[in-house]
Amino acid sequence: MENLLWLIPALPFLGALLLILFGTRLSRTLVAILGVGSVAVSALITILLGLEFLSNRPEFYHQEVWQWFSVAGFTPSIAFHIDALSMVFIFVITFVGALIHLYATSYMADDQDFSRFFASMNLFVGSMLMLVMADNLLLLYLGWEGVGLCSYLLIGFWYKEPANGYAARKAFIITRVGDTAMAIGLFMLFQAFGTLHIQTILTEAPEAWSVGSQMAVIVALLLGGAVGKSGQLPLQTWLPDAMAGPTPVSALIHAATMVTAGVYLIARMYVIFELAPLVQTIVAIVGAITLLLAGFSALTQYDLKRVLAYSTISQIGYMFLALGVGAWSAGIFHFMIHGFFKALLFLCAGAIIMALHHEQDMRKMGGLRHKMPVVYWTFLIGAASLAALPIITAGFYSKDQILWYALAGEYGNTWLYLAGLVGAFITSIYTFRMVFMTFFGESKTHLEHPPGKVITIPLIILAILSLVGGFIELPHNFPHVTLFSDVMAPVLPGIYANEGLAANEWMFQLVAAIVSLGGVFVAYLFYIKSPQLLTSIERSGFAMALHRFWHSGWGFDALYDVLIARPYVFISKLNKRDFIDSFYTGLARLAEGFHVMFSETQNGILRNYVAGIVVGAIMILTISLFL
Amino acid sequence: MELTFYIAAAVATLATIMTITRYNIIHALLYLVVSFLAVAVVFFTLGAPFMAALEIIIYAGAIVVLIIFVIMMLNLTHEDVEHEKAWLTPKVWVGPAILSAVLLAELAYIILSPDTLPTEALVAVDARVVGLSLYGPYMLGVQLCGILLMAGIVGAYHLGRQKKKVVHRFLQPKEERSAAI
Amino acid sequence: MTSAHMEAALMLAGVLFMLGLISVLIRRNIIFMLISVEIMLNAAGLAFIVAGTKWVQPDGQVMFIFILTMAAAEVSVGLALILQIYHQLKTLDSDAANLMKG
Repeated sequence: MENLLWLIPALPFLGALLLILFGTRLSRTLVAILGVGSVAVSALITILLGLEFLSNRPEFYHQEVWQWFSVAGFTPSIAFHIDALSMVFIFVITFVGALIHLYATSYMADDQDFSRFFASMNLFVGSMLMLVMADNLLLLYLGWEGVGLCSYLLIGFWYKEPANGYAARKAFIITRVGDTAMAIGLFMLFQAFGTLHIQTILTEAPEAWSVGSQMAVIVALLLGGAVGKSGQLPLQTWLPDAMAGPTPVSALIHAATMVTAGVYLIARMYVIFELAPLVQTIVAIVGAITLLLAGFSALTQYDLKRVLAYSTISQIGYMFLALGVGAWSAGIFHFMIHGFFKALLFLCAGAIIMALHHEQDMRKMGGLRHKMPVVYWTFLIGAASLAALPIITAGFYSKDQILWYALAGEYGNTWLYLAGLVGAFITSIYTFRMVFMTFFGESKTHLEHPPGKVITIPLIILAILSLVGGFIELPHNFPHVTLFSDVMAPVLPGIYANEGLAANEWMFQLVAAIVSLGGVFVAYLFYIKSPQLLTSIERSGFAMALHRFWHSGWGFDALYDVLIARPYVFISKLNKRDFIDSFYTGLARLAEGFHVMFSETQNGILRNYVAGIVVGAIMILTISLFL
Repeated sequence: MELTFYIAAAVATLATIMTITRYNIIHALLYLVVSFLAVAVVFFTLGAPFMAALEIIIYAGAIVVLIIFVIMMLNLTHEDVEHEKAWLTPKVWVGPAILSAVLLAELAYIILSPDTLPTEALVAVDARVVGLSLYGPYMLGVQLCGILLMAGIVGAYHLGRQKKKVVHRFLQPKEERSAAI
Repeated sequence: MTSAHMEAALMLAGVLFMLGLISVLIRRNIIFMLISVEIMLNAAGLAFIVAGTKWVQPDGQVMFIFILTMAAAEVSVGLALILQIYHQLKTLDSDAANLMKG
């Protein structure tokens, strides 16, 4: 099984290659088989590999495929390193990715660029797999950039609409800011260690650097890359706009690939993050602030997909918070659960949007509860998991763990805990606001395409996982199950909770449960029971101003527009006729002038040529005579 | 001998001037023959009788005859003479005359400056020495000349052929095409 | 023969060359240009012979023979070209043959 490792990323790449080369000539069925099949087979391999991994519990699998290049002692190889951390990521990427691919065959069935879509999707999955399986940072960076490219291709998939192209460019450019920081960080890492091999760096770093030394700069640069890809403050503005892509793409970006790359990077390099406590604190603070900001913004959105986008930012914020307080395994656990329920929610949203003929505005939805029962129930399960309803949902266990460590962990403190708690409350409000607006109330739009089997099967599978996925890791005052953190233990260090607080853990769990249920109740109050409360709020000017502010994502777009885009445009306008360029254009003009001048002499009149020869002869004779 | 030289030189110059001022090509060619003959006499006075013979045979004979043949083939009329008159206005003369005068002045300066030429008596170089040199050290040059003449013949044949224009049937005008079919 | 004679001979070559050159520059009839080139070649040959005689060396005359050969080849090719130009353009005006101008 171990020898098949390389097949996991190779299969999606192969699928993409075939689809790019022959996609337009293949029938739709064949395109679907190729596109879904490649990811599905690699998911199958992953599951088999995972079972073997769980039963044998090796430290890691390693496979070197070939040496990439060798320059001046720098010898990165195309090699894969699989430990528990990568295993979880590969599993989510391939498994959820395969379900999304399957779903997309129905969602995109009428699109004329069917093969281009699947080619890009396969490339996306392949790049992401490359990212998480890489054994050196250079290969990781290759996957990292590949993911960025594919996000551009897919967000701008319906490129005929200028807004989509704009969103694609925005995603590409903003993540590029982070990528640049990361690239610089990689250069500095290479300068310090002479290698980019991840395990080597991780073992050598604690010896080479003392805690809190100046290498914090490198870690901060890596964090910049992670923040850019994961849509965290201050580079989060691309993510809501990325909803311009087809819904399966949103699902893939948000659940399985792309945005979790930052989480992976931090978890992978946790050793050097631990060496820079300042940066790690920044990670936690960034996570906490982001989850709050995104939560408030999600409250005010009307576009179904934008709500989900902001909720993704918010949930990734939770993961950052967990990573920041050193609860590595909790962060990864939340990633996995989030992968399930976020994919589920997006796919449900896609089914709704498709059924309502590409209507995304929640105000025009409603009453879908009876019309689409399967979608309703699965969406409800996903929403419950997102809102972390106690006991039954997976989201509760993963989020509760984060909240607990945010308070009781080594680096935890009350403020982070409170931020998380408020975030949980808001999450639960906006989640159920979404549910109530979409599925309850009277029906407003005519239903067009009821979802078929291909749509509902992935939904059901994901819904089951969103429910039971949490039971592999239960808090210790509950039936103490630590399957997940046990698997993670060889890779990521455990975290020790504050002894004093541990006795009262049940109290905090109760608070979390009440908060999430309270959120549901508030949403119920405003959107079902007494909508007049909402209208009374809407009457106040302050509330509306706040609403507009949150709706625009805390005005970050406007801020960047004023701070960066406008001055840049101004400068470029000022220097429209680049004064440095003027030298080169001048050179070109001079050459052009000579060209005009000399082409005049090529007039085809023989006597002029002879006259030229004579003048030349006179000049040479004169020079040789008198000089 | 010296008198002969100067007379021949004068004739050559005059004949050349007449050549380049004629409007009628045949007249010009006749003056050209006179000019070549005069130059042949100059060769003779310079002690190169064999070269004088070659000058008469090839220049005055072969080349001029060749040009005359071509003129006959072109079937020139009186109009061409008129053209020639129209083209040869005094304005045309000024520039080239000045240029050439400058060049001639410089040449004269070089030739007549006292130290450029040694003052030895002229001795004739007979044809025998020339032949030995030609087929001795200059063997390669002779062979190259052969190749040049060969190329000249082939080139003249190729260029001089009257080629019938063959146009692909798709490029023919429509009527012709339908007629051809 | 004296050296003054030599100089006179060289001057004759120079004068003939100039006359040929003037003719090339002023004539538009392409046959006239060819004739003028012949005059210039002949003048060059004359200069070679004078030089050869001066140094009592056969090389000058050898060069003259080479020039003769070249002139013959040049005239044959040149005349063939003139025929072609006349057939294509129906004129002997060299200025008309400027179809490849830049």
